[in-house]
Amino acid sequence: MAKQDTNLAASRLEGTGACALELSGVARHFGALIALSDINMRIAAGERRAVLGSNGAGKTTLFNAITGDFECTSGRIQFFGEDITEIPAHERIRRGLRRTYQISQLFDGLSVLESVFLACRGVSRRRFSLLRPMDRDANMAQAHSILHAVHLEDDRDLLVSTLSHGRKRQLEIALALAGAPRFILFDEPAAGLSPTERRDLVAILNALPDHVGYIIIEHDLDVALRVSKYVSMMHNGRVFKEGTPEEIENDAEVQAIYLGGGHG
Amino acid sequence: MTTEPFPDQAPARNDLIARIGAGHLALAAVLLVFPFVASDFFTTQIGAYSLIFGMLGLSLMWLAGYGGMVSLAQITIAGIAGYTVAIFGENSADVHGFGWPWWVLVPFAVLIAALASALVGWVSVRTSGIYTIMITLAVATAMFYFAQQNYTLFNGFPGFAGVKAPVVFGIDWRDPMPFYFLSLGVAILCYLAVLYASKSTFGLTLQATRDNQRRMRALGYDVTMHKVFAWFLAGIIAGLAGILLVWFNGRISPGTINVGAAINVLIITVIGGLRHPIGPFLGAVVVILMQTFAIDIVGAERFNTLIGLLFLVIVFVSPDGILGLWEKAKAHLAPGSLRSDI
Repeated sequence: MAKQDTNLAASRLEGTGACALELSGVARHFGALIALSDINMRIAAGERRAVLGSNGAGKTTLFNAITGDFECTSGRIQFFGEDITEIPAHERIRRGLRRTYQISQLFDGLSVLESVFLACRGVSRRRFSLLRPMDRDANMAQAHSILHAVHLEDDRDLLVSTLSHGRKRQLEIALALAGAPRFILFDEPAAGLSPTERRDLVAILNALPDHVGYIIIEHDLDVALRVSKYVSMMHNGRVFKEGTPEEIENDAEVQAIYLGGGHG
Repeated sequence: MTTEPFPDQAPARNDLIARIGAGHLALAAVLLVFPFVASDFFTTQIGAYSLIFGMLGLSLMWLAGYGGMVSLAQITIAGIAGYTVAIFGENSADVHGFGWPWWVLVPFAVLIAALASALVGWVSVRTSGIYTIMITLAVATAMFYFAQQNYTLFNGFPGFAGVKAPVVFGIDWRDPMPFYFLSLGVAILCYLAVLYASKSTFGLTLQATRDNQRRMRALGYDVTMHKVFAWFLAGIIAGLAGILLVWFNGRISPGTINVGAAINVLIITVIGGLRHPIGPFLGAVVVILMQTFAIDIVGAERFNTLIGLLFLVIVFVSPDGILGLWEKAKAHLAPGSLRSDI
């Protein structure tokens, strides 16, 4: 099955050239628990893909394996042609990989602007600077424009700990957009957002530059299918089906496992 | 973020007084006038000694307040600088005493202390919370016994006596008033450096690492390297304090760096407050006044009880130490304030 999926993805990518992310035989075990098993995936540069699956299917573990939060038990990961399986998490980020977290991972003691500034500075060479950033600092200017893009400009001086849930989710996204990303992993960015905030989120994702690809984990199919052209379905730590949103929606097996049998 | 204990009162942005802060100016005036009105005893035993321990507390505040790493090894780092000064400078113990001039000796001792601090940091940064405290306590204890039992390098139990502050520009810096101003100058330098660095890129990085290491890694930061560098910087402050301490005492022995002294630094910092670099200095003044005069109040055997009680009361009433008390008082005293929630 997995082999077939790889072929499918490979054939789909034929002619497009650059491959942003390639996973071959990636597995992750926690003791006897097999969280990921033989994951094979090819994602082209600029491609936007949704990963769907029930809770415990291994979606977040997949993200953790790609970003290096966890080591892979076996398999290789290539990022824009470079094997990144062995390199530490922060080095992967410096190569243009970004992620957001399902549960916001923010800096409660910093202001919104300081957080985004650090995100921009993290991939620049001046990480160890003992100087205070000037207003005309390039990274500070980037931080301002990102805050503008995610509609957080008015909150820039607030402490992160005082933000509402929705604002924190927006900041999660802002941190991932900082510093010219090439590929982003969004882990349930719409979780707990109001309908308006969801619309904003869809607009932000659709407004990303064309060369920036991403994988989005999203339970809200409405959001997922509006921001991605291709879907990978996961179940029990495996990718068991890949296809366009229509193909996935109409697939009998998918309906049985994820959407609930009988729906069409 | 960090709460200013002396907030700007005047609204004019470019007003120099407003920018420095009226509180800072008043404090500076008091500190400058102090040695002229106080006795030699107060100038050195209370004034200079508080400044030195305030600096030790400051190095801990930098690590713990901004970096979330509570260290019990700050007195050990200071001791390493002190021993370096005794070994490579002059001492009367007839062991080592290479007689290096002060302008080589001081930067060298600070560098050795900073490197030692980075090493302690490197060993401990993979841990967090109580485990960092335990590892640094182990380092402090090990260093104490090593210095006590090693005669080749540390001259064992007696340590080194006859370590003097140098005479520079015709001033004998051992004299009470020059030594006070030397300590004050170095302390102010360290204080301002920490105050400035807290809002620098690295300072923000350190605070962000304290709040969420995992996210910092996901922003491209090598968290381990940043923490070790924070330890290096803390080592510079502790090293400077160590040099002043050995000049103050005129000697250094294992007793200077024992576990009691290590805990003292922690108590000073917690009593003062970890939220602002001024905290450790406030704590140092209170604890050293207590240490000096508690003997007169409750007798020599019971003065630790009094300090312990004070520690309990302050931590119980205000987890943010004296700084926290100040914040509470300010909220109550604020003119026109009807808010009862603070």
